[in-house]
Amino acid sequence: MKEVDARGLSCPEPIMLTAEALKSGNGPVKVLVSEPHQKTNVEKLAKDRGKKTKTKEIDTGFEIVIE
Amino acid sequence: MNLYDSRKKLAVAGVLCGAVAAVLAYFGNPANMAFCIACFVRDMAGSLGMHQAEVVQYARPEITGLVLGAFLISVATKEYRSTAGSSPMIRFILGMVIMIGSLVFLGCPLRMVIRMSAGDLNAWVALVGFILGVATGTFALKKGFSLGRSHDTGKESGAVLPILLAGVLVLGVMGLLKASEAGPGSMHAPIILSLIGGLVFGALAQKARMCFAGGIRDVILMKNFDLLTVIGGVFVVMLVFNLAMGKFVVGFDTPGIIAHSDHLWNILGMYAVGFAAVLAGGCPLRQLILAGQGSSDAAVTVLGLFVGAALCHNLGLASSGTALNAETNEVVAGAATPAGKTAVIICIVVCFIIAFTNKRENVK
Repeated sequence: MKEVDARGLSCPEPIMLTAEALKSGNGPVKVLVSEPHQKTNVEKLAKDRGKKTKTKEIDTGFEIVIE
Repeated sequence: MNLYDSRKKLAVAGVLCGAVAAVLAYFGNPANMAFCIACFVRDMAGSLGMHQAEVVQYARPEITGLVLGAFLISVATKEYRSTAGSSPMIRFILGMVIMIGSLVFLGCPLRMVIRMSAGDLNAWVALVGFILGVATGTFALKKGFSLGRSHDTGKESGAVLPILLAGVLVLGVMGLLKASEAGPGSMHAPIILSLIGGLVFGALAQKARMCFAGGIRDVILMKNFDLLTVIGGVFVVMLVFNLAMGKFVVGFDTPGIIAHSDHLWNILGMYAVGFAAVLAGGCPLRQLILAGQGSSDAAVTVLGLFVGAALCHNLGLASSGTALNAETNEVVAGAATPAGKTAVIICIVVCFIIAFTNKRENVK
């Protein structure tokens, strides 16, 4: 699974990196972010692209898997 | 509790923040400065004696309130996170650039919107520069600009700035800091109202992720209008307030509103602000909010704002506002100073250097 580790990066980098990963492949993408608003942004981006997400809280933030 | 999951909620947050600004303006804050972050940080720097401009010294409770509001709401909703380590010295410089650009234009992006809502055409001219600056920063982001990762730190580190600003407020209330007896620094709403206004504004801005640079950046980058909706809310409320109070005057050289009509320098000043704000990850307001929710990197940017403000008044970089000579009744046009113009050019060059030397590939 492709992984985007955007933990600790400032906005809008997490969303840019996620968009890039979604563009460059068809498989699922795992995104790691630190802040709650970044989690929401990534989920929103996936929804806009018609994709489903599964999110869980991890020690260092959030892990979002975009299917 | 989320305010940023629907555009309607974001608009309501903007309207409420606009209402706070309008109430504070009604109860004594300088007309159409209302809740200017750059002006108020500058006033606070003056209250601490960091500069000696006697008309702009006052420990604005709004600034303390904003940071404490963001701090308290983020602790309450478990969003407080003490972090640091994302190129702090570069952020410090960006904070200085943001303040210098703001004081050459005479206002931060929030005040630009407030001035626009009062019919000040200079602010509409400056908006062009601000959009171009944000666009330049966004272009750098697309080219791989990054200031690197922040990391978790001890919980106490993120609380330092909120505690410091609370201390400044206490000292100010006790009368131990400098306070203007004339000029904009002497005009203010009652302390308790300013503090409550700041707390409410800070909490709402934290929940809505309100950011004036981010609003335009997201439109350019992703055609996402969410953050712009909040700003629209502020604009509409202030427009209604100004119309109702008879303060809506369309024109360029309007005396008494602390603005000037040096168009090129209004544009370039806000160009530097927009550019630096995108590189720093947010406008001055957003930096205060991020600092409140535990980011020491944003707190360092805020320190840059303070030092920038001190430089502006110690070295004569801040522009003068158009004023009415009380004796002759003549309008005296405000202007950017030669030193201010030089500083803005240096700031823009510095932004370009920062934008194109800090690349994501270099980030480990």
